[in-house]
Amino acid sequence: MSIQEILEKLKARFEGISFELVETKVDPFIKVPAKNIAEVAAFLKEDESLAFDSLMCLSGVDYPNTLVVVYHLFSFKHGHKLVLKVETPRDNPSVPTVENVWRTANWHEREAFDMFGIHFENHSDLRRILCPDDWEGYPLRKDYKTQEFYHGIRVEVAEPPDPLYEAKQKSKVDKAAKPTGTSATKAAKPDSKATTEKKAE
Amino acid sequence: MRNFVDQLVNNYEFLETFPRPLLYLIAMVAASAIILGFIAILVMFFVWLERKVAGHMQDRYGPMEVGRHGWLQSIADGIKLFLKEDIIPALADKPLFVIAPIIVFVGAFSAFVVVPFSENLIVADLNIGIFYILAVSSLTVIGIIMAGWSSNNKWALYGAMRSAAQIISYEIPVGIALLAAVLPAGSLSMRDIVLAQSGGFWNWFIFRNPPFGFVACIIYFVAALAEVNRTPFDIPEAESELVAGYHTEYSGMRFAFFFLAEYANMFLVGTIVTTLFLGGWEFPIFPSAFAFLNPIIFVLKGIALVFVMMWLRWTLPRLRVDQLMYVSWKVLLPFAFACLFGVSAWMLLLHSA
Amino acid sequence: MLETADLLKEGIKEELKSDEMLLNMGPQHPSTHGVLRLVLRTDGEVVKEAVPHIGYLHRCFEKHAENVTYPQVIPYTDRMDYVGSMNNALGYVIAVEKLMGIKVPERAEYIRVIVAELNRIASHLLAFGTYGLDIGAFTPFMHAFRDREKILDLFEEASGARLLYNYPRIGGVAKDVPPGWLEKTRAFIDYFKPKIKEYNDLLTFNKIFIERTANVGVLPLDLAISYGVTGPNLRGSGMKWDLRRNDPYSIYDRFEFDIPVGTGEMGTVGDCWDRYWVRIREMGESIKIIRQALDQIPAGEVMAPEGLKAIKPPKGEVYVRTETPRGELGYYLISDGSQQPYRLKVRSPCFTAMSVFHEIARGGMIADMVAIVGSLDIVLGEIDR
Repeated sequence: MSIQEILEKLKARFEGISFELVETKVDPFIKVPAKNIAEVAAFLKEDESLAFDSLMCLSGVDYPNTLVVVYHLFSFKHGHKLVLKVETPRDNPSVPTVENVWRTANWHEREAFDMFGIHFENHSDLRRILCPDDWEGYPLRKDYKTQEFYHGIRVEVAEPPDPLYEAKQKSKVDKAAKPTGTSATKAAKPDSKATTEKKAE
Repeated sequence: MRNFVDQLVNNYEFLETFPRPLLYLIAMVAASAIILGFIAILVMFFVWLERKVAGHMQDRYGPMEVGRHGWLQSIADGIKLFLKEDIIPALADKPLFVIAPIIVFVGAFSAFVVVPFSENLIVADLNIGIFYILAVSSLTVIGIIMAGWSSNNKWALYGAMRSAAQIISYEIPVGIALLAAVLPAGSLSMRDIVLAQSGGFWNWFIFRNPPFGFVACIIYFVAALAEVNRTPFDIPEAESELVAGYHTEYSGMRFAFFFLAEYANMFLVGTIVTTLFLGGWEFPIFPSAFAFLNPIIFVLKGIALVFVMMWLRWTLPRLRVDQLMYVSWKVLLPFAFACLFGVSAWMLLLHSA
Repeated sequence: MLETADLLKEGIKEELKSDEMLLNMGPQHPSTHGVLRLVLRTDGEVVKEAVPHIGYLHRCFEKHAENVTYPQVIPYTDRMDYVGSMNNALGYVIAVEKLMGIKVPERAEYIRVIVAELNRIASHLLAFGTYGLDIGAFTPFMHAFRDREKILDLFEEASGARLLYNYPRIGGVAKDVPPGWLEKTRAFIDYFKPKIKEYNDLLTFNKIFIERTANVGVLPLDLAISYGVTGPNLRGSGMKWDLRRNDPYSIYDRFEFDIPVGTGEMGTVGDCWDRYWVRIREMGESIKIIRQALDQIPAGEVMAPEGLKAIKPPKGEVYVRTETPRGELGYYLISDGSQQPYRLKVRSPCFTAMSVFHEIARGGMIADMVAIVGSLDIVLGEIDR
């Protein structure tokens, strides 16, 4: 079933809700208002002709003005896929849970909560999953600043190396390389890894 | 032992000057020291053998560095364990924690007192030899429970509880299977049991009263494997489940005591099977012609059985607790009773004929 | 009569009721396959509740990916599922290629399939070996590692590394395989095929092994789908589903192979033994694929011209899923038109497999926990990323 047909079905079933189809080059998606996602999800799963029985992936994304939750759905029965997106404001992000529809959402939503601070309403067990329970901040937000101390241990943050360093060097061959830059590239991977490991601790 | 000392005194008159009890005591200590030393060396050999057997079964060499084919490896290990820091957990029950490995060790080694290496090479030929072994080797379980309890560690406690359940359950098939050999011998003395099997391998109890002798032997061997906590019955120390079971918190020499006791127990099982079912010190054919080899043959038979245990360990996975109990109570025990009954029936038939 | 017996039983139960114990299994434990921590609420040997806690190996992969360029992400993907590195990197490069519309040269596609399938065998060998270890048999582990070593040797020749290869690249592979490598690979699969029977004799059909794994940790199909369980675990529950066949990527549509599924041969469909048996048979199927790929592989380039320039995908997003040894690995990639990904989310097969654990572990014994974790074949590096 193509995404247009799915959209038609959704519009017929939920009259008061405004769906928005966004065409992109690879994966087109449907925008759903945040407060309705749970019922839409339930319908997508229950309806015989749609039968989206599998939630492949649930991701949070941090856009400059809003947080977005992306649902990648798949139907084993019909073999079709669907991408849903839900927008929620950055300063009080809240989305109803779809845990009751697809149980795998439980952990995926916990991860989104852990990384983006998105609150999932009615979630049965909304705790941090990857970071420690008392970690501060939401690491995958673009404006995330690592906390200075964790239980009295300094969380060291090294200056991130410039990923485009090599490319820049290639374009400016005649210019002398800055000494700090050279060491940054050399130590790029171990440095950043060490940093994150300390963060994780 | 007493007779031996009396004989000595008769032959060497100067010994008369010493009081008899002192002489007995010295002789006892000397004999114990010899047996302890011999078993200790044998156990170190088993540790090396286990690693070699494991290595070759797994397509690798095992120890190769210390001495030729690593034959000094056990000594190196011993030195390492001896020099290691002795750690006692802060919240452990100290006296119990310290005494537990010693009890296990003593239980394992003192059983060798009645093991008949040949007709005369036996420290004490007790008239209840078999029962003595059963009683003394049950000491092990007390040591294990003490170790598990005193460690103040949940894994150790689990190991101890499993061990208690397991060893006590398996005592029963062990005892009954042994009776299948005691009955035809008509004696509980280890020496008499071997003498009752003399005259070639067809007289061994494993081949007598077919097929009950054979089945009893298998039952004893399987149950004894469980009693010494070897794979597939190694659930008390199940590495992948309980970390290291009852000896999780032990290190250095205290751990070594458990370790040595395990191998001593293995050899003990080997010697019991040899004594009760495989003709003891006798060569399979023309035993009288090979009489001078008797102690060596006895030890070789024991080593062969220990090898079988190693072979099993490196081949089989491990049973689960409930399955282990199932094997003991619902499989081994009925068959053991059947064997006892069958052997008795055979003996009645033969006697009435 | 019956009633009295039941009442009696109840009464005894009441009297013998003892305290439950909380048992922390891990994060340092021999058979949690890394640093998984399971909190078990036990009543004697029986586990009343098992709660997995993850995150001990969290290395902020997704944050890293936002701070490096597209090709620089590949080494990080290697480090997620470190026993199936080739497959992980393959999924990522396919995602970027799909976003950019790059056509990968034929030879590179074939090399990718060969190394991915070799890595699948290597990964399943590890799963087989460690599963034996979990159940208490040590020898299969050594035998599995003996043969896995040969695959690592092949990888070392091709990529220069033995564990983390950084070999598939955006637009192709890092470099062509060295001369004679394809023949060596053929020699390896000829050597390896009879070994599978050896493994089966050693472990698969061992009575004790079957007793330990059959009817243990049964994962019903509907539960598996609801929890997003994929790969061999899903197939073990009886679903004939393999992305290589049902949603082909790369050039998998050109090869003939079967999809092994669990049938409940030794117990119930979806038990530990079924999951294990699926993996063993998959090794045979991978051999089939490698053999066909070796027959068909053409000569030519191994890198698309776009891959040699700076990688700068157009604005947009893509979700690509591939079948790694552990199941469906998804990459959700958002590009803002720069040289660095805007967001890269990984949908990890082990993550979902672990999330179902508390359902299938309930009521088992402590020894079963180990058997179930082992049969799910998790790699903590991928769960925690």
